Amino acid sequence: MKLLTHNLLSSHVRGVGPRGFPLRLQATEVRINPVEFNPDFVARMIPKVEWAALLEAAETLHLVEVPKGPIEGYEHDEKFLRQMHHVLLEVDVLEGTLQCPESGRLFPISRGIPNMLLSDEETET
Amino acid sequence: MLTFCISSLPCPPPHASIAMDSNSQSNYKLSKTEKKFLRKQIKARHTLLRHEGIETVSYATQSLVVANGGLGNGVSRNQLLPVLEKYGLVDALLMPPHKPYSFVRYRTAEEAKKAYVTLNGKEIVDDLGQKILLYLNFVEKAQWKELGLQALPPGLMVVEEIISSEDEKMLLESINWTEDIDNQNVQKYLKHRRVKHFGYEFHYENNNVDKDMPLPGGLPGICDSFLEKWLKEGFIKHKPDQLTVNQYEPGHGIPAHIDTHSAFEDEIVSLSLGSEIVMDFKHPDGVTVPVMLPRRSLLVMTGESRYLWMHGITPRKFDTVQASKGLQSGIITSDVGDLTLSKRGMRTSFTFRKVRQTPCNCSYPLVCDSQMKETPPSFPESAREASQLEQDYVHRVYEEIAEHFSSTRHTPWPRVVEFLKSLPCGSLVADVGCGNGKYLGVNKELYMIGCDRSQKLVDICRERCFQALVCDALAVPLCSGSCDACISIAVIHHFSTAERRVAALQELVRLLRPGGQALVYVWAMEQEYNKKKSKYLRENRISQGKEEGTSSDTAMPELLVEQVPNVGSRDSECCVSSVTDLPEGGHKARTVTNAKLPVHTNRTSFPSQDLLVPWHHQGNPGEGKPGHPAGAHDPGPVFHRYYHVFCEGELEATCQTLNSVSILQSYYDQGNWCVILQKV
Repeated sequence: MKLLTHNLLSSHVRGVGPRGFPLRLQATEVRINPVEFNPDFVARMIPKVEWAALLEAAETLHLVEVPKGPIEGYEHDEKFLRQMHHVLLEVDVLEGTLQCPESGRLFPISRGIPNMLLSDEETET
Repeated sequence: MLTFCISSLPCPPPHASIAMDSNSQSNYKLSKTEKKFLRKQIKARHTLLRHEGIETVSYATQSLVVANGGLGNGVSRNQLLPVLEKYGLVDALLMPPHKPYSFVRYRTAEEAKKAYVTLNGKEIVDDLGQKILLYLNFVEKAQWKELGLQALPPGLMVVEEIISSEDEKMLLESINWTEDIDNQNVQKYLKHRRVKHFGYEFHYENNNVDKDMPLPGGLPGICDSFLEKWLKEGFIKHKPDQLTVNQYEPGHGIPAHIDTHSAFEDEIVSLSLGSEIVMDFKHPDGVTVPVMLPRRSLLVMTGESRYLWMHGITPRKFDTVQASKGLQSGIITSDVGDLTLSKRGMRTSFTFRKVRQTPCNCSYPLVCDSQMKETPPSFPESAREASQLEQDYVHRVYEEIAEHFSSTRHTPWPRVVEFLKSLPCGSLVADVGCGNGKYLGVNKELYMIGCDRSQKLVDICRERCFQALVCDALAVPLCSGSCDACISIAVIHHFSTAERRVAALQELVRLLRPGGQALVYVWAMEQEYNKKKSKYLRENRISQGKEEGTSSDTAMPELLVEQVPNVGSRDSECCVSSVTDLPEGGHKARTVTNAKLPVHTNRTSFPSQDLLVPWHHQGNPGEGKPGHPAGAHDPGPVFHRYYHVFCEGELEATCQTLNSVSILQSYYDQGNWCVILQKV
C-alpha cells in the first residue's frame, strides 16, 4: 500500500462518518519501490493531498525529508516534487495494520493489501 | 492465473528468483534491466508450465514460446510476424485462439537463439495501442492441437449402412404421422420437430419418463427383428424398451442436451433415416465436435459420450461438410480447404433407449441428476437472505475460481479503456469490483485503486503491482468525494435485491467529487439488440481452429461468462421447455415468493432476470499435456454464480433514484447495459 492510497482511505465502520479519517498506520514491513518520476503527475496530486494525514503516516514510518506542505511554485520545484514522489508513490507498506480512529477497529495489511472487509453487523444501518 | 507481468513499472522481485537461474549465461555481470527481463522471463516460464502445461527447455532449439505475444492478449499475427522475421526465416507461427502466447519455429536453432537473445523484454504495441513486453523461452516443439478434433467423443460409434434401403422405406412408412390424437402412441409437435413416443412417453416438462406408466403396445413389432440383429452382432448390449421417433424437416433442429441420467440406461442408439445430418457434440470444456450421421446409419452413444457430452442439431437448411469425405460418417474438421455445403433433406430418427429402474451411478456426478444433492437457492426475501445468497453464490465462488477466472480475463473492453483514457492526467480513480485488475494499468497517467470482495483476485492485482484492497462494494473504505472517477464493470448485477443494487450505485456516487464521473456496466437481459446477437450468444459454437488456426478476432472484448457451454445440469432437452416457459413479456419484476432460482444454460438467451450462471472450473491446470489446453479433458467442478441481468431501461431507472447524480450517457455494449453518471 502506497501512502497516496493511505491518504484516501477512511474507516467505513457504521456510524463513524467523517471521523473515520485518517486511519492510524502501523507498519512492520516497508519496502521502497522505485517508480518512474513523472513531475506533471506528482504536481497534480499535490492539491489533492490531505497533509495532516500524510505527515502523520510519514512520521510513523520515520521517513525523512518529507515536505510539510505545498510550497509556492511547487509545480516547477523539482526537488519538492521528487520528495513528494518518493513519499506518495515509492514507499510501500507490506505488512502492518490500519486502525479506525473513531471505533478502534483494526484492519490488517498483508502482502501490501489492506483488508477492509467488515461483517454485516459492522455495516448495517 | 494466466498473465505475464506486462507492466513496465518496477515490481518487487519474487523472493528467490534474484538468485538467477543456473541455466542462464551468468558469466558476466548483468545490468539492472537485463536482470529484470531475465526475472520476467523466468516468471513467464513458470507460469507457462504451471498453468498451461507447456514445458520450456534451457537449451537452444528451433522453437520458442512467446509469452504475451498471443491472440488472447490482443497481439495479431501481422503485428508479431514481422517482429519475429527480423531474426530469421520463420517456419511457422502458431497462434492458438484465446491464449496470451504463441509458438514460433525458425529454420535453425541459431535463428531462434538470435530472436531469444534480442527479443526478450522487447516492447510491441498491441491492437489497442497498449505496450506489451515479450518474453521468450525455448520449447522442444512448436505445436498446438485443438483438443478433440481428431477423435470422436469417447464411447461414440457410427455404424454405416446398418439397414437396407428397403428396410428404411418400410420403417419410414410404418410411422403414421396423420393418425388421430386419441391414438395410444403419443405424438407431439415441438418447436423445431415432431415426435412420437413408444414404450414410455417422454415428458418434456421434467425430461423424464413415468416408469410406472408404460404405453400400451410397447415398441412397434417391426423394430424387433432389427434390435435382435444388432444385439446379436454386438452393436448394442441391452434391448431397448423406449422409442422416440423424431422428424426433422430442413431447418429443424434439437437443442443441445444430455439425456437425463436417471431416466435411461447407459446405451442410447439412434437410427438416421431419409437423409443424413450433422450432429454437434459438445464437451463441457467447450470443445464442439460436429459428426456426420449418414442416412441408414446407427449412432451408438455409451459412456462419456452418453453421460457427459451434450448432443444437438443446429436448426439450419444446409450442413457444412467435408468435400473429400462425401457423406461418410465421422468428424467434420475445419480444414478450410475442404469444406462445402450439403442441403438437408427430411430426416427421421428412431432413438432407442432403455428405461432405467435404479438411480444412475455413472462416474460423471456433476452432470448426473441421480447424484446431485444440492437444491438450488431461492430468491432472497430479506436483506439477510440476500447477503447470504451473495456470500454463497457470488463471493465464495469468485474466491474458488479466482485463478481460472483471471486466466480468462485479459482483454480490457475497448469502451471502458476509452473512458479511462479520456480522463485527465493525475485523476484519482476507484475500480470497485476490479477483479484481476485488468483496467488498473490501462492508463499510466491515472492513480487507480482497485477493490474487490475476493482476496484471491486482489492478490492477483497486487502481483501485477497495482494498488488494490479487499472490501465490499456496499462499503468502500475511501473518503467521500475523493475520486475524480469510478468504474464498476460487471459488478452491480451480482447484488440480489433492488435495494442493494441502488445502495451499491449510491456508494459509487459517494466516492465521486462534484463533477466526477462513474462508468457502470451490467449484464443485459437482452443478448440480442438491434437484431444483432451479442458476442456471448455468438460464441455458442466454439471455433474449431485447425492446427495452425489464426483467429484474428482479438479486438473484441472478452465475455462475462466464458467459453464453456453448460453441460445441461438441469438435463435433457431442457431448452425446449425453458424457452416455452418464458412468460409473455418476461421482464416483469419477480413477485413469486420462495421461487427457486433457475440455472442458466450458458450461451443461450436468459429465461429470467434472476438466475444462476454455471462456471465450469478447469481443475489442475498444470497437468495437461504440453500443447493442449490445460486440463481440457478433466472436467472440474461446476460453480454457480448469482446474477440479476438488467432489462432495457432498468439501469437508467435505477440510477434516476440516486441522489446528487445525473446520467450523462447510457448505451448498450456487447450484451451489457452501460451508463456514465456525473455527480452534481
